[in-house]
Parts: sequence; C-alpha cells; structure tokens
Amino acid sequence: MTGISEPGASRDGYGDALLDLSSDERVVVLEADLGKSTKSCHFRAKYPNRTFCLGIAEQNMALVGAGLAEAGKIPFASTFAIFSERAFEQFRNGIARTGLVVHLCGSHGGMHTGQDGSSAQSTEDLGIFRTLPGMTVMHPCDRNSARSLTRNLLSHEYPSYTRTARNKTREIYSEEEADNLEIGVASELRAGEDATIIACGVMVERSLDAAEELSHRGIEVRVVDMHTLKPIDKDAILRAAKTGAIVTAEDHSVIGGLGSAVAEILSEECPTRMKMVGVRDKFGESGSPEEIMNKMGLTSDNIVQRVIELVQKPGRT
Amino acid sequence: MVYKAQSGHPGGSLSCIDILVGLYRSAMRFDPDNPGWGDRDRFVMSKGHASPAVYSILRDVGVLEDSDLDGFRSLGSVCQGHVDRKWTEGVDFSAGSLGMGLSFGLGSALAARLDVSERHTWVLLGDGEIQEGQIWEAAMAASHLEVANLTAIIDRNRIQNDNFVDDQMRVGDVASKFHSFGWNVIEIDGHDMSEIVSALSEAKASDGPTAIVAATVKGKGVSFMEDNPAFHGAAPNDEQYAEAMEELS
Repeated sequence: MTGISEPGASRDGYGDALLDLSSDERVVVLEADLGKSTKSCHFRAKYPNRTFCLGIAEQNMALVGAGLAEAGKIPFASTFAIFSERAFEQFRNGIARTGLVVHLCGSHGGMHTGQDGSSAQSTEDLGIFRTLPGMTVMHPCDRNSARSLTRNLLSHEYPSYTRTARNKTREIYSEEEADNLEIGVASELRAGEDATIIACGVMVERSLDAAEELSHRGIEVRVVDMHTLKPIDKDAILRAAKTGAIVTAEDHSVIGGLGSAVAEILSEECPTRMKMVGVRDKFGESGSPEEIMNKMGLTSDNIVQRVIELVQKPGRT
Repeated sequence: MVYKAQSGHPGGSLSCIDILVGLYRSAMRFDPDNPGWGDRDRFVMSKGHASPAVYSILRDVGVLEDSDLDGFRSLGSVCQGHVDRKWTEGVDFSAGSLGMGLSFGLGSALAARLDVSERHTWVLLGDGEIQEGQIWEAAMAASHLEVANLTAIIDRNRIQNDNFVDDQMRVGDVASKFHSFGWNVIEIDGHDMSEIVSALSEAKASDGPTAIVAATVKGKGVSFMEDNPAFHGAAPNDEQYAEAMEELS
C-alpha cells in the first residue's frame, strides 16, 4: 500500500466526501466564512438550501449544529483547526455531553499550514477534543483517506472532530484501498519487525520516507497510519509493541496528541520503549511548510534518528 | 425542590414560571402523552439553572411525577441540577453553560424550515445571560437567515449571580438591541398572563424572529426573595421555606 505521486490535500478529500454524501437529505453543511478553505464550498455551490453560512462565529455554528442534529439532521461543520478550539466548550457542553451527533472538521491544522504563522498553527486540537467522552477524533493522511473516513461518518453514532491539512501530500491510498478504511481501525502501510512507526496526518508520508531510509541501513520498520486517534486501535498498538520499539510521529504537540494516546495504552498494557516525534511545547512562526517542519523537528530525518536511538540502544528487549 | 435539595436557583425560577405557564398552556404544540413527538414545538431553557421552573411545568402538564421532583439534584435523579435532555423526558436542550440556547434554537428552527414543518422554537434567555457574546452571534444569524419560526423570550429580572445586572454589566436597552439586530420586539409585563399569551401568539404569527422582552421580578411571589440577589442561587432555610409556602399558597 505505498504511495504513488498524485497530489491533493486531505481538505480536498473532505470536500469530495460532502458531495458523495449529498444524496442523503439529512446531511447539512455549516460554515464560518472559511468554506472556500475547508472545501465545503463545493457542497454549498450545489446545495445552497442545505448549507448555512454563519459568518465568523464558530460558537454559534457549533450549537446551530446541535439544534439541527436534535431534529434529525446530520450536520457537517468546518472551520480552521485553530478556530475549532474557540468552540471547544460549546462542543463539550452543547454536543458531546448531550448525545447529539455533529461532525466538525478543522482544516489547516498543524505546523504544516506554514506561512500564516503561529496564530493558525493548531497543535492542540487533537489533544483537547480527545478528552471529551464519546468524541471520535481523526486525522487522515491524504485526500482519499480523508474522503473515505468522512463518508463513514454518515452512519457514525458519535460526534467527531477531524483535522485536515491545508497543503498537498502524496497519495498514500488508492481510492480502492481507501474505501476499505474503517473509523477506529489503524492501517499497516508497511511491514517490518525491527520497530514500528505509528503516525497520523501529514507525518505518514514522512514516516514512509523514514522507513525507506532505514531499510537502506538494514532496519525494517513497520509503518502504521493511526488515522483515528479516538477510539484508538489498541490491538494495532499492542501488535506494534511486539516489534520492541515504537516511534510516534505527529504534526501536533506531544502533550495530549498521538504520542500521548499510544503511551496511555502501552504504559498500562505493555510497557514498551518509545520515542515521540512531535511539537515540543513550542509555538511556531511564519515560514514555508518545509522550513517550519524542519525547525520543529518534524522531518523524516527526525523519525529516522529516533528509530535508530531505540534500535541501537544496548539491552533492548 | 430547592428547599429539599438545599441547593438550586429559586429566584430565576420564580421570575420565569408565569412565562412557562403561558407557553405550555396556550402557545406550544406539545403532547404530554407523547413528549418526544418529532414534530412538537421545541422549548429551549437556555438559562438552565431555572430548572425547577421547567420541572414544575412538566409536572403540571403530566410528564413528570412528584417523586421525580423530589429527587431534584440528587444522584441518579431525572431532575438534574441544570436541565438536561439526556436525563429528562420533555426537555429538548441540555443547558448549564449560559449563552448557547439561542444558537441551538436557531438550529431547531432551520431544521423545521427544511422539513417544511409548522413547528416553532421558543428560547428562554436570562437578562444576565445576554452578556455572552454568542447570544449576539445567534441574534445576527437568525435575522440574516430570515428565520420566522423562532422566538426568544428574555426574562428581564435585572439580577444575576453576583449582583444586579446594572451593577455587574449593564445590558442596556434590550428591546432596542434586538430591534437593531433585525428582530421584531414585543415588550410585556412577564407576570401578566394576558400580556404573555397575546405576545406568544403574536410572535408565532410574525414573519421574522421575535424577541419578547418580559419585565419580571426575581423571586416573584415570595416577599423576601423578590428583587433580592441573595436568592439567585441559594435555598431557603426551614423558616424561610414555611414563610414562602404560606405566601405562595
């Protein structure tokens, strides 16, 4: 399942999925003046009567979604990942707590968003939404998987937060491969028994690059796409533990994100040596995606180094 | 309820109970035998701490029983501290965090419009609550989206948790504010049943969102609670309870 080069951004996959779901009259789309960016604009253009543009008002958008959901609609709301955080308490008290199903997509997440600078580079979103009981949290790695996982939300019984990326990434899944993805079931993209890299979002392609490089050095690592951070695929993590070393890779703070979620499972179920590649308690700055990812330590080289540190350490079990 | 639980919010429950009687006894499309009927009017108690008023009216129309009310605020009770749709039959909205109900009501109203339904959504707001910015996000959106099946009733009792509203954070001319946001506005005495009933009827017939600004008295009906910020969120003691029950009977 390794990638061929077909550029697209995961946010495009979200826009594709809304159109795929449009034949279901229950589906309604909510925007907060960023539909062109999150890609819900394509649904809006075809179905203006089922699209509600609410202005720059994320808190209102969240609860309007709740009111629609109570009446049987399936609302898909989107804004930038960073501004989804502004409606966090609305999601907590108005949606997750109340048993209503509203789907929120935050695009332009992480350092990968680049030039807009630190005010836009959300590195907390996955962590905070993960704390809400019953909330599903996803971060797909490419256009096709974002499309498929968003489509799966149609019959999903829980509210969700999905982070998508602004910038294009390699195609990791063909359309057919993506069709088989399930929410909560991680995907093994590459086999290996020396160590495992568990990644999400834009770090998946970097993890595949790292695995390639490590292979040249005689280290065969498994690569797992943990597209769903909650409910997390515990079995995939415990299988990864059998390789004896785990590196997590995320364009997100290591506090609360994928690395934390994996560590929560391992520390209780199967203590395993691990390292985290992620944002180390820092804010970003303007720069090209590559420049800022380099500066924050979010490159395939960083992943390679962490794997080598684990694999080469004497006394490894 | 509040006396028995020794916690809760009597003042703001008494200020809005006449409005709830008007809603449930005259205005709302609601079937007590089928409180979950999908095409019912929705009632959003946005100032969720006034839950005793909601439980009382639901008892009055026969959805809840006395024993339900007896459990108010106790572990496992259907009568949670703040109204909660997951716990109480007949409750449409889970409140407790102020400022969210008008947005929820807007969503309900938009859903009714998509369904080409006659159902109406009624939202009860506190006057302290409208200090929350989200109220004005929703007010702007309701008028922009030309939602006619939405009514907000502002319980203008002039007292909030810490103090009088005017001392804490003036909300000023509430009627003018809603008017400037594009709403129809009706001002009434929130304890005059004929004014309440006629305003609700006018609001339902209106061609845009309507705000009913109801002048009320916090703690209405109990002399020592009336207009007294101390009874926003405090239960009466034994003597006060006896005195209150005598005044209310």
